[in-house]
Amino acid sequence: MAVKGYIEIDEDRCKGCGLCISFCPKNLIRFSEKFNSKGYHPAEFHDPQGECIACGFCYQMCPETAITVYRFQGVIENE
Amino acid sequence: MNKTVFLKKPQTLSKKEFTYCPGCHHGIVHRLIAEVIDELGIREKTIVVAPVGCSVFAYEFFDLDGTVAPHGRAPAVATGMKRALPDRIVFTYQGDGDLAAIGTAEIIHAANRGENITTIFINNAIYGMTGGQMAPTSLIGMKTTTTPYGRNSKNDGYPIHVCEMLKNMKGVAYLERLTVSSPQEVIKAKKSIKKAFETQINGLGFSLIEVLSTCPTNWGMTPMEAIKWLKDNMVKEFPLGVFVDKTKGVI
Amino acid sequence: MSEKLMVKGTEAIAEAAIRAGCRNYFGYPITPQSELAEYMSRRLPQVGGIFLQAESEVAAVNMVYGAASTGKRVMTSTSSPGFSLMQEGISYIAAAQLPCVFVNVVRGGPGLGDIQPAQSDYFQATKGGGHGDYKLIVLAPSTLQEAVDLTYLAFDLADEYRNPVLILADGMIGQMMEPVEFPELRDLSTLPKHEWALTGCKGREPNKVTSFNIDPYKLEEMNKECQKKYQKIMEGERRSENYMIEDAEYLLVAHGTMARITKTVIREARSKGIKVGLFRPITLWPYPYEELSKLSENVRFILTVEMSVGQMVEDVKLAVNGKTDVFFYGRTAGVIPTPNEILERFEQLIRMVKV
Repeated sequence: MAVKGYIEIDEDRCKGCGLCISFCPKNLIRFSEKFNSKGYHPAEFHDPQGECIACGFCYQMCPETAITVYRFQGVIENE
Repeated sequence: MNKTVFLKKPQTLSKKEFTYCPGCHHGIVHRLIAEVIDELGIREKTIVVAPVGCSVFAYEFFDLDGTVAPHGRAPAVATGMKRALPDRIVFTYQGDGDLAAIGTAEIIHAANRGENITTIFINNAIYGMTGGQMAPTSLIGMKTTTTPYGRNSKNDGYPIHVCEMLKNMKGVAYLERLTVSSPQEVIKAKKSIKKAFETQINGLGFSLIEVLSTCPTNWGMTPMEAIKWLKDNMVKEFPLGVFVDKTKGVI
Repeated sequence: MSEKLMVKGTEAIAEAAIRAGCRNYFGYPITPQSELAEYMSRRLPQVGGIFLQAESEVAAVNMVYGAASTGKRVMTSTSSPGFSLMQEGISYIAAAQLPCVFVNVVRGGPGLGDIQPAQSDYFQATKGGGHGDYKLIVLAPSTLQEAVDLTYLAFDLADEYRNPVLILADGMIGQMMEPVEFPELRDLSTLPKHEWALTGCKGREPNKVTSFNIDPYKLEEMNKECQKKYQKIMEGERRSENYMIEDAEYLLVAHGTMARITKTVIREARSKGIKVGLFRPITLWPYPYEELSKLSENVRFILTVEMSVGQMVEDVKLAVNGKTDVFFYGRTAGVIPTPNEILERFEQLIRMVKV
């Protein structure tokens, strides 16, 4: 049973430091094109194939605690 | 498909947005301390003593009773609190200027007394809040705003090794130097911070965790470049590891 | 004619000290004056001087004590919380009669306070922040050119009287930029020689520098010697400025940055036909009591304006000695009074006094 999940980034807390982007083992986070209210390009979760394994590395490195990590319960079928 | 929250903001971390620079390790360490306090269930009896430095507002970022001490005096202020209310958990959160420059006497004597407090010491080898001056832990050759030609041992002395300085004091019960420069290190660091607080809870003596941290702004680097610089330079100067551990067999 | 340079206050004071022949600086970073230390760290090695960032203000003031006791020109700079830490050292330095220069770039207080300008260290500076019967010579610049000139003067006064001298600036003076002209670089061989200095007793009887005497009668003598010196300074070194005083029916009194703002108030009031002038003390110790006392004879009332809850106003009342009413207006904790609010209060008082 593979652990799968997704993350939510509070884009107004994000200061665009890029640590989550650098440490995501699946490269599922990128800088957004837009600006947030602080004037930074916030990090943006981009996982069209549903590859996030909810490892939590992004959460561990985020200095703003702007990320919440969710895990899906139950068996996930590979498509 | 049901989802559960796996990792989210700990309760002990307040909702206030941090005033730290992008990529600064202060935020990571604040969160780890908050997670540990949540897990140990001690939020309502813990008091934080903030320093003068970038983390002068630390007392705002924790959902705890807190104060800010004059520059360098946090261990003395914490001592006053702990002696007055011995069953509370008291911790200081200090930078390298606060602890190792102006506060050397206070930290040495708190450690020497085996004061039952915990100190989280953030060492980023520079003065952040005042704009990038030399810190006691700045490396030889490091260019800062008060060592514009590079730190020179003849004029400015050598980087101070706080853990090495305190390790032989009998009152010290837990002493470790670590980093939070990768997710694995962050997860390990949380265990060490927990041990430090458990040292206090069990009344074993003084505990201190030294965290080698980055200062992207005053080092003039991006957060990832700063992590690389830390790994290449600071870890060589300040070896990581556990210097004192009297928790064995007790906790 | 030397060139005009556009400089920041903290850096202007640092360069002025170097021009005056200061080659020793010991200090500690604190907002809003860290740039003074940073400037010294760049500049002093260029002129063969010594810069050292001390571990704290307590250490810094004692390093100043050490260097001053060798007879060399030395200074330190800090802001309010750091100045508080230096008080013990200042008391020792004053008692030992050592020449040196301090700069306090005052910020809002008390406690950790904030980082904006204030004038709430006046008592600490002029009435003695440290213990014992001593006095600092206190100079209060209100422009950067004056800061340069007074810093240069400070070292001469310190040497002449063997006394610590304080430049009492504030965060505005420290952080603003203005064009200034610097004096020429002082030839170090023309600096006064100090026979009392600790330099190693080769060829002479040993010198001692102390602030201590277990015999109270001898300690009293030491104090009397200082008091005689202070008397000389009070007679000879008072400095002040009169602005639009000649026909003034009302008098405003302010120092430092506050005086600049008050000049705007005066010009505004004059345009409304109110005959008001400004008395600006430049030396806060020795306070120009005599000059102010004379002026108080011809005015309907005096309004003292400060960035504090009222400290210099007590010296104004001493000077005036009941000859006329003395009122106060001020803001504290880093809030700077605007010309409009001062003018409003002034006009209110005019109406009140008329009734």
